[in-house]
Amino acid sequence: MTDEIKRYSYDVVVIGAGGSGLRAAIEARLQGKKTAVISKSLFGKAHTVMAEGGCAAAMGNRNPRDNWQVHFRDTMRGGKFLNNWRMAELHAKEAPDRVWELEAWGAVFDRTADGKISQRNFGGHEYPRLAHVGDRTGLEIIRTLQQKVVALQQEDAVEFGDPEAMIKVFAETTITELLSGDGRIAGAFGYFRDTGQFVLFETPAVVLATGGIGKTYKVTSNSWEYTGDGHALALRAGAKLLNMEFVQLHPTGMVWPPSVRGLLVTESVRGDGGVLRNSEGKRFMFSYVPDVFRPQYAETEEEADRWYADPDNNRRPPELLPRDEVARSINSEVKAGRGSPHGGVFLDVSTRLPADEIMRRLPSMHHQFKELADVDITKEPMEVGPTCHYVMGGVEVDPDTGAASVPGLFAVGEVSGGMHGSNRLGGNSLSDLLVFGRRAGLGAAEYVTALASRPAVPEAAVSAAAAVAAEPLERPEGENPYAIQGELQVIMHDLVGLIRRESEMKTALVELDKLRARAAQVSVGGGRAYNPGWHVALDLRNMMVVAECVAQAALERQESRGGHTRDDYPGMSPEWRKVNLVCSLEPSGPSGAVSLRRQPTPAMRTDLLELFDLAELKKYMTDEELAGLPGATETSAEGTH
Amino acid sequence: MGYKAALKIWRGDAGAGQLADYDVEVNEGEVVLDVLHRLQATQATDLAIRWNCKAGKCGSCSMEINGRPRLACMTRMSVFSPEETLTITPMRTFPVIRDLVTDVSFNYAKAREIPSFTPPPEVKPGEFRMRQEDVNRSQEFRKCIECFLCQNTCHVIRDHAENEGAFAGPRFLMRVAELEMHPADIADRREIAQDDFGLGYCNITKCCTEVCPEHIKITDNALIPMKERVVGRKYDPLVWLGSRITRRGAKDTPAVPGGR
Ligand SMILES: Cc1cc2nc3c(=O)[nH]c(=O)nc-3n(C[C@H](O)[C@H](O)[C@H](O)COP(=O)(O)OP(=O)(O)OC[C@H]3O[C@@H](n4cnc5c(N)ncnc54)[C@H](O)[C@@H]3O)c2cc1C
Ligand code: SF4
Ligand code: SF4
Ligand code: FES
Repeated sequence: MTDEIKRYSYDVVVIGAGGSGLRAAIEARLQGKKTAVISKSLFGKAHTVMAEGGCAAAMGNRNPRDNWQVHFRDTMRGGKFLNNWRMAELHAKEAPDRVWELEAWGAVFDRTADGKISQRNFGGHEYPRLAHVGDRTGLEIIRTLQQKVVALQQEDAVEFGDPEAMIKVFAETTITELLSGDGRIAGAFGYFRDTGQFVLFETPAVVLATGGIGKTYKVTSNSWEYTGDGHALALRAGAKLLNMEFVQLHPTGMVWPPSVRGLLVTESVRGDGGVLRNSEGKRFMFSYVPDVFRPQYAETEEEADRWYADPDNNRRPPELLPRDEVARSINSEVKAGRGSPHGGVFLDVSTRLPADEIMRRLPSMHHQFKELADVDITKEPMEVGPTCHYVMGGVEVDPDTGAASVPGLFAVGEVSGGMHGSNRLGGNSLSDLLVFGRRAGLGAAEYVTALASRPAVPEAAVSAAAAVAAEPLERPEGENPYAIQGELQVIMHDLVGLIRRESEMKTALVELDKLRARAAQVSVGGGRAYNPGWHVALDLRNMMVVAECVAQAALERQESRGGHTRDDYPGMSPEWRKVNLVCSLEPSGPSGAVSLRRQPTPAMRTDLLELFDLAELKKYMTDEELAGLPGATETSAEGTH
Repeated sequence: MGYKAALKIWRGDAGAGQLADYDVEVNEGEVVLDVLHRLQATQATDLAIRWNCKAGKCGSCSMEINGRPRLACMTRMSVFSPEETLTITPMRTFPVIRDLVTDVSFNYAKAREIPSFTPPPEVKPGEFRMRQEDVNRSQEFRKCIECFLCQNTCHVIRDHAENEGAFAGPRFLMRVAELEMHPADIADRREIAQDDFGLGYCNITKCCTEVCPEHIKITDNALIPMKERVVGRKYDPLVWLGSRITRRGAKDTPAVPGGR
């Protein structure tokens, strides 16, 4: 039975059932397209479920001064102006509608006193902006979207007599290859995890919503799903990856016990008043405010503390700087010997909020530390340190439709690139999933409607994909895939981690080359049915090529910006801001043959540039870029230090 | 403080299986899932386990550890003594796929039978106004991570597969309660809670509440109040007279056709 390939035919196939995939699938179905949603895990358990802090949207419920322009500005600053400005614009404009829509679909967010959706403070956001549900916002969002899918299925049951007539979820199903015909997407090939049977989805449109790459690193907040499958599938299908060097290290992961090292400690701890201290008890972040951010951040503890109650007349605490800044500062403190016993720093909320308030606002953090580390966060500080959290780089897409360069291929959510530039602000991912999920669903539906004919899947490609997938099981002898995965994680962590150096990255590339040869020869025991060893072996192929992209791009970019810090090039360079680094696969080469190209960043629209002070823009951009703006020539001496 | 733990793990599939013995290293601070992962990476690469977040947030890693339904990622090894042999088996109520992984599709089928959130048609997105105290109860139920441990534990179906058609289980009776207590929902699911989802089968033993890793008071806050509402509904004289005037003026909402 397992030799036979199960076949389905759909208008749109969405790979990934996280926030972005579900939102895209809902939209495709609302547009009347027969839609499949595919997920490696069970329905409702995708990685989005782990998101804690909230979903950014300038609804202005807590501060009426907030609006899309302010959100746009914050997003561009957070990303150090490397963001695709059009995506940042659409995101800031549409996020409120997407959040309100969720509420109409049954989401129950925390409330303000006047009954609106409550919003909380977060790093890099000027006003309280994150819609939230305690510290389990991702769960609320994924459950709401899951239940919206169910509601649509109930409508279809009435209309067609079959709840799965128009939208069906294929849980615990993994896609291993995209198939094209005539240079366009024609299908997706994979296997059912429970039986191991192969499956082919014939479809003219694929939306990649596969999330991130965190499992290529040793210390990460990400789960096993994050093996960069979508990134690799896109590359192999001929699409391009943008700016893969930007990998966000979240400043606060757990550091102890070892088995939970990397597990996230939500930024809401700091948004709600938690502070960072070194072993000397000092709030060290005050010493690390970079020039570009000085005007917005407090210089004294007194001012910072006043900000929580009176944000209009005080500047924000430096603990709420964008993540890249905080992560690097923690790293410096630890290196200088002022770290905590297990190699992190202290994050303390116990002396800042009453215990019952902590329990109400941060229940799952309390639970997590109590259960996993025997630490009561209402009584004592936590120990935290940087953990690999999010990849800003991803599939290059058209901002308005999510279309990749290969006809019929779309990408959305963490697997897509551009939106967050060199560093993502907290809370901007959940909103990104919703805004661009809807847009990619629409884009895919429109693409399918406009098609004159559907490309056929070449049978040879199907058998080739089946052969590749079966290899690790059929190879009588070879290395253990878990061992190779472990080595890969160490290489990336040690040599292409938070602080990067040319010599180390060159070593990494050599090591990756050797590892690739070994990864191609792994072998696993057991059969096809629910065999995790086999699954790891197949994921490994994706992780290898993604790691190669990260390392190559990181070596190429000779500056420090956002989620890319070079020891040997510590400054941020306006010249490099004009450059996007784009990875693609050599069409005929072996699967590791990544080629890297420089590509100019698109010029920002003048009305958007005018949302910023010229002095601020000059910190990021070259004089030529700003030449067209009023007043650009007179003040050219300012602010370029 | 590393030591070797003796484990008995159920290996097999829908056809047959047995407990297999393993000795696995355990380090300080580890949870059961860490130990299973080490076993997988070193001795049994094909050991089937379902997991995802390793942080008690996704509800994937449900299994029975020494007979007790638990999340493997939230069960610290330190709660057992190093001499103790751990017996790890799949959830008993659901059919086994392989090893510790079960087929939980029953739950997804039940979810689809419950009439969805039904806001008043005239309220547009962005116009909802709800007070925190009015949403607290629904929010408590929405903490559910769908680990299905309560479903696995409830005696109504644990050893009585014949009840599965008539009984939705605690998780989904709680979903009904969540919607009924949602301040902006206008449907009325009281009658179907009793007739289609088997609320009457529940004899409030609270076993579901005991195993819930989210510490949701399923029985006290969802099931018992639902029972009270259903009783109110059944003896509501207006309803008895066949009037259409029910709570909020809505008709009884039928179970979803074709959902089964
Ligand atoms: C601990 C944590 C906390 C976070 N907190 C926040 C927060 O507060 N606010 C915020 O904005 N962001 C937060 N983030 C980031 C945010 O949660 C993620 O970036 C976002 O959820 C990603 O969503 P997605 O839709 O892109 O993918 P995911 O939700 O990760 O879903 C990916 C889906 O793709 C599927 N998939 C992958 N590969 C394949 C394949 N080969 N075949 C089939 N299916 C596949 C997976 O099974 C899964 O269903 C957090 C992240 C973490 C890890
Ligand atoms: S309280 Fe009701 S639902 Fe819960 S376990 Fe007992 S009988 Fe089952
Ligand atoms: S109610 Fe509790 S035990 Fe039941 S599925 Fe939800 S989280 Fe699990
Ligand atoms: S792995 Fe997610 S709850 Fe255990």
